[in-house]
Amino acid sequence: MSGLFAEEWAVFPGHYAGHLRLALGALLMGLVISVPLGIVSARRQALAGPALATASVVQTIPGLALLALMVPLMGGMIGFWPAFAALSLYSILPILRNTIVGLQGVDRDVREAALAVGMTANQRLREVDMPLAAPVIVAGLRTASAWVVGTATLSTPVGARSLGNYIFQGLQTRNWAAVLFGCLVSAALALALDQVIAQFEKSAQKRARGHAIAGLAGLVLILVPALSVFASRGSAASGAGDVERPAAATSLDGQTIVVGSKGFTEQYILADLLKRTLEAKGARVEIRDGLGTTVAFDALANGSIDVYVDYTGTIWASLMKRDEPAQRSAMYAKVTAWLMNERGVLASGKLGFENAYAFATSRETAADYDLETISDLSGLDLSIASDPEFFGRAEWTRTRDAYGLQSLTPRSMDSAFMYDAVKTGEVGLVTAYTTDGRIDAFDLVLLEDELSVLPPYDAFLLVSPEAGENTALLNALEPLQGAIGTELMRAANSRVDLERDSVAEAGAWLYGQVFADGPDVQP
Amino acid sequence: MLLKADRLTKSFAGTLAVDHVSFALAPGETLALIGHSGCGKTTTLKMLNRLIEPDEGTVTLGGVRAHDMPGHEWRRRIGFVIQNAGLFPHKTVAENVLVTPKLLGWETARQQAKLEALLDMVGLPARDYAGRYPGELSGGQRQRVGLARALAGEPDIVLMDEPFAALDPLTKDGLIADIARMREELGFAAVLVTHDFSEALRLADRIAVMDGGQIVQTGTANELITAPATPAVEDLLAAPRQMAATVGKAFREAGA
Repeated sequence: MSGLFAEEWAVFPGHYAGHLRLALGALLMGLVISVPLGIVSARRQALAGPALATASVVQTIPGLALLALMVPLMGGMIGFWPAFAALSLYSILPILRNTIVGLQGVDRDVREAALAVGMTANQRLREVDMPLAAPVIVAGLRTASAWVVGTATLSTPVGARSLGNYIFQGLQTRNWAAVLFGCLVSAALALALDQVIAQFEKSAQKRARGHAIAGLAGLVLILVPALSVFASRGSAASGAGDVERPAAATSLDGQTIVVGSKGFTEQYILADLLKRTLEAKGARVEIRDGLGTTVAFDALANGSIDVYVDYTGTIWASLMKRDEPAQRSAMYAKVTAWLMNERGVLASGKLGFENAYAFATSRETAADYDLETISDLSGLDLSIASDPEFFGRAEWTRTRDAYGLQSLTPRSMDSAFMYDAVKTGEVGLVTAYTTDGRIDAFDLVLLEDELSVLPPYDAFLLVSPEAGENTALLNALEPLQGAIGTELMRAANSRVDLERDSVAEAGAWLYGQVFADGPDVQP
Repeated sequence: MLLKADRLTKSFAGTLAVDHVSFALAPGETLALIGHSGCGKTTTLKMLNRLIEPDEGTVTLGGVRAHDMPGHEWRRRIGFVIQNAGLFPHKTVAENVLVTPKLLGWETARQQAKLEALLDMVGLPARDYAGRYPGELSGGQRQRVGLARALAGEPDIVLMDEPFAALDPLTKDGLIADIARMREELGFAAVLVTHDFSEALRLADRIAVMDGGQIVQTGTANELITAPATPAVEDLLAAPRQMAATVGKAFREAGA
């Protein structure tokens, strides 16, 4: 626990700098697009209508969806650019609307007088229209800044670093301090930025130098925490290899490997394990965590990330769109062949555990309804909680139809909450992940899938087409094959989900189990 | 002739607003364009400085045709005063007055001298008023600053569009007196658009009555009163005549 805050503090400059880069960049882009567009639109109603309508439509798209949509729109690219593009779009409406309204609100007599005294149209725009519309435009900028700083926290699933990393990881690993910290810093940044803009506005309006200095000082204060990132970037490259690197293996020296991770505890821990494994071979490792399933795979396929862990059942259902069940080894063969043939992605070995969906219920509910197998659920009026992905997959409809589960009420919720929900009786059933430590800890009963409808979910390493030719990388990953059994993975997950260890602590422990102590389980 | 308007014509959305209006102005002369709202007087005025481009006809000022130069350069040679002054609210009195001299590229010393002279003339001494903003002035003071701004570029002619309409009678009397005095000192010609015969009477050398987009009669006040050419002219004189009779009666009775 004591290491927890130090851990979070260590990544703060990077998260903060990423957030600031996104927010300031998007605001600047918003200004560059919206102000000229607003100027042109303000005097042509035929243009103002469509421009505002388009911007409004963009605004009605939920932030998370807009960010996610940018990934396929930009050819599967993840990281800064799709987040930047989405946030820039988001900042357009308030600035555009206020530019148009502000310019249209300039007094007619004053505008006529400007021409009458001999100004050209451009001189009038510069000397009269813009200064008089400025307070309204700046109000729009302030609105945009609040939106963009807030929405930037949602960039984590598309692979852009931001304060949202605290929130997403905190949610998944039940680290509420991290969630709160991410929210507070993001809110403080929004308020600070708002004040800086207000000070600059006052300085321009009252021609007061004091306000300009206050604004500049505020801006410097906002930038300072991020500056240490750029200062430390040089030393980080050389310092990265300090972690317990064996002298013998130096084949990945100087290479940067990008490790991906989806947004749940097991994935965060495995990314940390991969990081330690590769750093031990001399690589510099960057982690893109909290990615959505398809985002992670697309990012791998186009080389934005080099390696991550996925599950056979996920690829089978979500990417190959297959809905018939398959026998374990046949499925792995088909999945790996499809990955290589269709997407050039190399599967470099199963890790040794499976993280399948399993219907689980509390000991009390199992007793009340006399539940042992999934077929016992037939005709029962219970609610079943799962992650949103599951209910969108064929395996849910197939399971439902095969066992006659139409009377169950599906409820989508984040996996971080569903174990508590079934334990307290809030929901009757959950689709537990079989490696989750909370199955044991909460004394949950797994219902047998006697018809073998649920597909296998063997964890395996996926390597991008480019990284697949990097034999040093493949060699470094090889010791992980078959090295993590279901018990070991569940123990590592428990450390985070139940014992409140940090991801890094659990990752270090797992690394020790795999490489030093051998795979015996001491949770 | 200083200014010549030749057959100016303008339609808005198919409706004829000004129909072949011609007149001329000698240096230093003041012409009043008078008529009811919608008669085309303001449109005629704005065609003189090309705030409205005429469909037909030409304007000549000091031998130069309006369309021989860009509109903004043309307007720098002509002062313009409007009903609510139209001052730039984000600029000081000094900045408002000096807009045209700056656009004309005057040296700073000449600008400063002009500013002080004009503000003195309109009764708003520069040391007290130069740094103020329009929001800190009364309506009459704003109109005076507007007048100073119109005159700052040393135009040969000033166009005035209902400059007294928003002022109370006392303020209006003071401003009319100031304009008359400044015209003596600076010698500019003026075109005054108004619907009030008494304003025209006090400031104009000649009065042109407009009706239905045309000038129906031009003459001195005396000529209009003694020989109104059309019912529109008579109509325009009815109210002042009634007022004069009422006021005269009251004074006679009080004197008796």
